[in-house]
Amino acid sequence: MLKERLKALKRTIAESPVWRSMFRHDYRDTQRNRVLMIMANVWLHLHPPKVRRHAIRIRFTWCMGGITFLFFLVLTVTGVVLMFYYRPVAEYAYADMKYLQFDVPFGMLVRNMHRWAAHGMVLSVWLHMFRVFMTGSYKAPREFNWVVGVILLTLTLLLSFTGYLLPWDQLSIWAVTVGTNMARATPLLGHEGPFAEVVGVTPRYDARAFLLGGTIVGPPTLLRFYVLHCIFLPILASVLMIVHFWRIRKDGGISGPL
Amino acid sequence: MAQEAPVRGREVIADPPEDTPNTIWTRRDFFTAAGWGAVLVYLGTVLLAFTRFMFPRVLFEPNPVFDAGAPESYLVGIVDERFKNEKRVWIVRTEEGFYAIQAICTHLGCTPNWLKAENKFKCPCHGSGFKRDGANFEGPAPRPLDRVKIVRTPEGKLIVDKSAIYRMAPGVPPTVQYPQSILKA
Repeated sequence: MLKERLKALKRTIAESPVWRSMFRHDYRDTQRNRVLMIMANVWLHLHPPKVRRHAIRIRFTWCMGGITFLFFLVLTVTGVVLMFYYRPVAEYAYADMKYLQFDVPFGMLVRNMHRWAAHGMVLSVWLHMFRVFMTGSYKAPREFNWVVGVILLTLTLLLSFTGYLLPWDQLSIWAVTVGTNMARATPLLGHEGPFAEVVGVTPRYDARAFLLGGTIVGPPTLLRFYVLHCIFLPILASVLMIVHFWRIRKDGGISGPL
Repeated sequence: MAQEAPVRGREVIADPPEDTPNTIWTRRDFFTAAGWGAVLVYLGTVLLAFTRFMFPRVLFEPNPVFDAGAPESYLVGIVDERFKNEKRVWIVRTEEGFYAIQAICTHLGCTPNWLKAENKFKCPCHGSGFKRDGANFEGPAPRPLDRVKIVRTPEGKLIVDKSAIYRMAPGVPPTVQYPQSILKA
């Protein structure tokens, strides 16, 4: 009796104008309806309705690319959560990090997840690159995707570098000091590099000053690195990931035969 | 008379024939070029403006000039570390006079330590070693430690100006390169 009533209720809902205005296809399990349902949905249609059997060859890929992307998603979610408490101001940055760890419920967990995922992503992206190389998956027609991948690797390392400054502890400040001191030796754009006289760069106006927001690692540096870390680099990485995943699909799907 | 209706979607939108008068450019070409040109000028301007935007006119950084106290408070033959942490400068007094060494390793910018017992500056980051006068003799540092200007006021106080840097070139002893870096006692 109950089953009948539930079925009737389900039918009433599924045939109501409100429901049908939102969900335009039912769940009838035919080949046609499967494809129709996925292609008509803005979220679902990012994936193909079907995948080839070779797409699940884990031993071929170790799933490293997918794991890297998973780490990226974890970092984005935990990163946004951390933003509720962290202020990118030199006076508060370290204290906010400690506050998150000890005075915010689950704060230690979120912060640690963020840090571990960051190191994990760097590791898995190198392994992914190593795998792609060893399986020859960079050969034609996939050469362009390899180039996009290398740029993504660079962006991953830059994200790691900019994020490292944000706790504003001794490790952070010295790592950024050493890293940005390398920028002053850039040809043409660094005040200690070759051809500095051609452009007329000085310690106050050169590539290093651009990164630091001044001549020393200080509050402007922290703010700049925060904007790079949270806005600029993630957007750039997302755009390139879109291209990267699209190219894989268009070249025959992951782990496809060469 | 029946005419073939043009198949709009399929025909190539062609340039006019070569001998048509008054067609160096078509109106279409002109406006296409002007349109894209305007876009490029706009983007170029935005890029230049953004680059300038990233270099602020005012920096809130500590004053490079500071009062180093009375000359008598410095002993001959001692590397004085009282301003190392706050100002990143050592003040060394010799028989000849005073000079101020910047505590910034010329390798990648860490703060070296003065090891009195071994009579050398040693950088903890990658092991660069410098002699008492700042000359590099071990480790990855390519050149001696830089010196900064130290002067005496008319009242007799010592003043250090960190913005006046005596940048040391590799291979030449610091005192030979910049004899003016020594303030005569």
